[in-house]
Amino acid sequence: MRSLGALALLTILAAPAAAAPPPGATSCTGCHGAPTPSSPPPIAGRPAADLEAAMLAFRGGTRPATLMDRLMKGFSPAEIQALATWWAAQ
Amino acid sequence: MSLTRRTTLGTALAMPLAARAQGASRVVIIGGGFGGASVARALRRADPRIAVTLVEPNATFTACPFSNLVVAGLRDIAAQRFGYDAIKAADIRVLQTAATAIDPAARRVTLADGSTLDYDRLVLSPGIDLRWDALPGYSEAASQTMPHAWKAGEQTLNLRARLEAMPDNGLVVMSVPANPYRCPPGPYERASLIAHFLKTRKPRAKLIVLDAKDAFSKQRLFQDAWKKLYPGTLEWIGLSAGGKVSEVDAAAGTVKTDFETYKPDVANIIPPQRAAAIAALAGAADRTGWCAIDPVTFESRTTPNIHVIGDAAIAGGMPKSAFAANAQAKACALALVDLLGGATPAEPRLMNTCYSLVAPGYGISVAGVYRPANGLLTDIDGAGGTSPLEAPAETRTREADYADAWFHTITTEAFS
Repeated sequence: MRSLGALALLTILAAPAAAAPPPGATSCTGCHGAPTPSSPPPIAGRPAADLEAAMLAFRGGTRPATLMDRLMKGFSPAEIQALATWWAAQ
Repeated sequence: MSLTRRTTLGTALAMPLAARAQGASRVVIIGGGFGGASVARALRRADPRIAVTLVEPNATFTACPFSNLVVAGLRDIAAQRFGYDAIKAADIRVLQTAATAIDPAARRVTLADGSTLDYDRLVLSPGIDLRWDALPGYSEAASQTMPHAWKAGEQTLNLRARLEAMPDNGLVVMSVPANPYRCPPGPYERASLIAHFLKTRKPRAKLIVLDAKDAFSKQRLFQDAWKKLYPGTLEWIGLSAGGKVSEVDAAAGTVKTDFETYKPDVANIIPPQRAAAIAALAGAADRTGWCAIDPVTFESRTTPNIHVIGDAAIAGGMPKSAFAANAQAKACALALVDLLGGATPAEPRLMNTCYSLVAPGYGISVAGVYRPANGLLTDIDGAGGTSPLEAPAETRTREADYADAWFHTITTEAFS
C-alpha cells in the first residue's frame, strides 16, 4: 500500500517540469521562431556564452538594436544568464 | 522534517491523483485565434498526457495583424487566412462549432448542437465583440455600409472595395474609440496606410481621423511620420478638438461629432468593444465588459477553473495584441501544467512587441516587459518603450522587415 503510493508519487513528480523554461523564455519565439530572410537571428542551440554576451550588451546599450535594448532592460543579469542557458539547450 | 514534507506533498497531490485515477486531465479551449491556437499547441508540447480540445466555429481563421495592408490594397486577404489542419494533426481535438453555455460549478461546456464537454480547466480566448449598443446609429446592419473592419475577413474586403470605388477627390472618415480596445496602435497604422493609398491612387482625396481620445500608442512617431509623408492628406482630430463621434446615420451616410456633421464617401467606424459574449455567459466578465485575471495563472478573478487570455482579458499593462495573446498563451499553458500536476505555478515574465507600418518599408514599434505586481501584469520600469523618434531610414526599413518576419513566425507557431 505504502510502496504503491510512493510509486504513484514518483511518477507524478518525475513527469514534466524537467527543464521548465525560465521567466520570459517562452515569449522569445514571438520573433525568434520560424526563420524568414528578414527574421532576427535564431537563438535555439546557440552557445550560451554568445547569447548571454549579446543580451547583456543589448541591456547595457552597447550593441546596436532595434528593440532588443528595450526588452533586455526588463531582465537582471542573472535572469539573462538563465535565458541564455535554456535557449542554448533547445 | 521528512514527516512534514510527506504530509504537505500528500495533501497537495491528493486532488490531482484522484483526477488522474479517472483518466487524463482535460483542458477545453474556447476560441481558435492567436491565443487559443497557441495555448493548445503549447499545452500539447508541455505535456502529451493532457487531453486538449479546441472549440472554434470557423473553419478558417483570418488574422487581424497586417489586415490594414489588405485594406490599403497592398496585400491579398489569402495571406491572412489559416486553417486548423496542423493543430488537428498535433493530437488536439478541434470541434468546429460554437460554445453556447458554460456551467462553472459542473465544469461543463455546452455546444451548439446540445452536446457537452467536461473540463478540469477551461481556457477562454474568445477575442472581442463589437458593442452595437455603444454608438448611436451604429449597428451590425450599419456596418455593412460603414464597415468597422476590426474583425478581419469580409469587413476588411468591404472597406477596401469602398476605398477603391470612391471618387478621386473623395473624403474618408475614420472613427476611433476610447481605450481599451483591440490593438491600440491599429487605427493609426490603418490611417497611415489609407493615407498611403490615397496619396498614391487618389491624390486629391482626404482622410479625417476622428478620435475619442487625445493620446494614443506611438503618437509622436505616427504624427512625425504623417507630417513628413502625408501632409494635406491625413488630418487627425483628437477628443479635445472635438474628435469624438457621437452618432452615425448609415442611411444618410453621415458621421456626427458635437461640432460637425461629416458626409464622407467612405466611413470606417471602429466602435467600442468588450470581451466576446461567451466570457459573460461564463461569469468571467466584469462590469467593464472585460475579464479580470490572476497575473500568474490567468485564472478568472470571478470564476474558478476558468482562465482567460488574449484580448478578452484585463492584462494590466499588456495591450490587446496578437503578440500578447501568444505570449500569455504560452505562460498560461505552463501554469495549467503545474496546476493540473498539483504544483505551484512560477511567476511569469511576459513580453510584447507591436509593430506598425506607417508606409510600406517604414516600420515602428512599441515593446514592453511585464511581471505580476499588485495583482496585475505590470510594466517593468525602465524596460520597453517605442522606436527612437530620430532614426535613419534603414532602422525603419529593418523594423518593417521584422514586422513581416514576426507575422510569419507567430502564425507558424500558432497554425502551421
